[in-house]
Amino acid sequence: MQPTRDQKVWMYENMLVSRFLEETIEQIYLEGKKPVFNMANGPIPGEMHLSNGQEPCAVGVCAHLKPEDVVTGTHRPHHIAVAKGVNLRKMVAEIFGKKTGLSGGRGGHMHLFDANVNFACSGIIGQGMGPAVGAALSRKMQKKPGVAVAYIGEGAVNQGAFHEAMNLAAVWKLPFICVIEDNQWGISVAKSASTAVKDNSIRAQAYGVPGYLVKGNDPCEIFRVAGECIERARRGEGPSLIEIETSRLAGHFMGDAEGYRPKGELDALRARDPIPAMKARLMAEDGMKQEENDAIVARARAKVDDAIQFGRESPYAQPEEALEKVFA
Amino acid sequence: MSTLTSTAAKPKQNERRVTIARAMAEAVAQEMRIDPRVFVMGEDIGQLGGVYGNTRGLIEEFGPERVRDTPISETAFMGAAVGAASDGMRPVVELMFVDFFGVCFDAIYNLMAKNIYFSGGEVKVPVVLMTSTGGGYSDGGQHSQCLYGTFAHLPGMKVVCPSNAYDAKGLMVTAIRDDSPVIYMYHKSLQGMGWLGTEPAATVNVPEETYSIPFGKAAVVREGNDVTIVGVAMGVHNGLKAADKLAAQGISAEVIDLRTLVPLDRDTVFNSVKKTGRLIVVDEDYQSFGLSGEIIATVAERDLSVLKASPQRVAYPDIPIPFARPMEQFALPNPDKIVEAFHAMKRT
Repeated sequence: MQPTRDQKVWMYENMLVSRFLEETIEQIYLEGKKPVFNMANGPIPGEMHLSNGQEPCAVGVCAHLKPEDVVTGTHRPHHIAVAKGVNLRKMVAEIFGKKTGLSGGRGGHMHLFDANVNFACSGIIGQGMGPAVGAALSRKMQKKPGVAVAYIGEGAVNQGAFHEAMNLAAVWKLPFICVIEDNQWGISVAKSASTAVKDNSIRAQAYGVPGYLVKGNDPCEIFRVAGECIERARRGEGPSLIEIETSRLAGHFMGDAEGYRPKGELDALRARDPIPAMKARLMAEDGMKQEENDAIVARARAKVDDAIQFGRESPYAQPEEALEKVFA
Repeated sequence: MSTLTSTAAKPKQNERRVTIARAMAEAVAQEMRIDPRVFVMGEDIGQLGGVYGNTRGLIEEFGPERVRDTPISETAFMGAAVGAASDGMRPVVELMFVDFFGVCFDAIYNLMAKNIYFSGGEVKVPVVLMTSTGGGYSDGGQHSQCLYGTFAHLPGMKVVCPSNAYDAKGLMVTAIRDDSPVIYMYHKSLQGMGWLGTEPAATVNVPEETYSIPFGKAAVVREGNDVTIVGVAMGVHNGLKAADKLAAQGISAEVIDLRTLVPLDRDTVFNSVKKTGRLIVVDEDYQSFGLSGEIIATVAERDLSVLKASPQRVAYPDIPIPFARPMEQFALPNPDKIVEAFHAMKRT
């Protein structure tokens, strides 16, 4: 299954939206945090996990998904939320902690929920597995269309939740796909130091489900593999596992000095940045001209600028509103 | 007051008396009949009917699609309950022993309890988590705890602790219809299971038709004037037995069954203590940082002057639950300890 030209353009544009968003957040995040870095300061306080470099994992899978399909993201959720079609204005407002945000400022950047497109994420490693499996169970029981995708990092594969949820999805033959974003680093610990196997896709054998390894951080190859898995799930043939070798071009969180990275690694990864590669591919294979590229870039930039402006200018909720919405 | 659980209450002729186990299963079945979104999952809740009998008969009526035996994977199926609930289903999920919460608590207190808040109320999480509590039958320290305070302390979960079958049914119906997560804690020694020592007063008349009992409404299960005894589940029965003993000494005790810890009916507790001037809290959960302290604080914060004596608590000491019968029975609350607590009250 190869993406059409339109699908490639969609993937490219959404990667750009995600990257522009992260680059803009990065600048704003540092406001009020110089010269002394204090996470509590500035217009966007708290931890900030940027997704630069991991955009192909989001667009290659989500290109196949409809709003009715369910996605659970990780503590590093922005690229996935963008590709799943989460309301960007409300998402950015949430990242700023504003009243107009997805939860009115109660969640923050690790807790983004958009029920309209069935997106949720959470801040704890491997935690999205169970809820995605449960959503898949719900669709199967209700005989409603839709698949569920859980994104996790390669470090989360060593959590019990991964094993339990994979087994449950397989034993109940649910329309579920686990997507492992392997960025090689669990904060500061390398995959080789944390994980007994090089390739987590072989763990699929333990559950009797198909497992795929996608190398190269290539949105088109991710699209191809994800398409097979999602079609299989839609046909009622059960879950699949995909591990994607991707790149973390930023620190684990902002403020991470990354002293643990080997010299030269980041430069090498930047040289393989998937976004310029996608642009080159569209130009070489699909006849994209510079003017079309400029228009795509401008659209992506405008979308981000609009959302950032909305988030910045929105008011905070009244502090006492913190006491509301504990129960439905 | 919806029911009396006093051991003095005599059954009427031809009255239908059922166990808490059966009342729970009946409530779930009645809700399953009218709402196709309701389903049950957990360990051994299918063919076995639940280790404590609370899902008996369900798989025969509704089949294995809606009554799902799960693998021994609490993290997965608690998480799945959250996902299914957020997607429009209404799962009733069983954690066989509350003691097992340790293997899956992240899915409970970080997902189930917080997703409504994190979504600004956009996502509903209508999960009922049934779990067994309580000891007294030498099952050791990982199969005998109550942990009421643990669940009630963390925000985002409603907590239900029935003391009798009438309440068990009505509270289960309310729990299933609630759009927020409800932790439904049933005490093993009240279940009416033949193989487990059981408190006969928990088995009471239960109407066959569906009814609901609102959360946050305590029941004054025995009226009195000299002391207020507050508890849940087995604590209510201990309180009633203590009230009988106190009555023989000419002391009139009022007994309050809180029925739900979250929401907590603080008004009923306060108004009772305002009348009696004395307060004893009975709790089979660990004493410190829990229910007993919360109830006493409720009264003390509102108006210390209503107290004629220092409040007392008869709670589980802050120790792991021991196996040996003499040791466990020594540690458990009982009616005599409540009577002693009354006499030990320091008058102001």
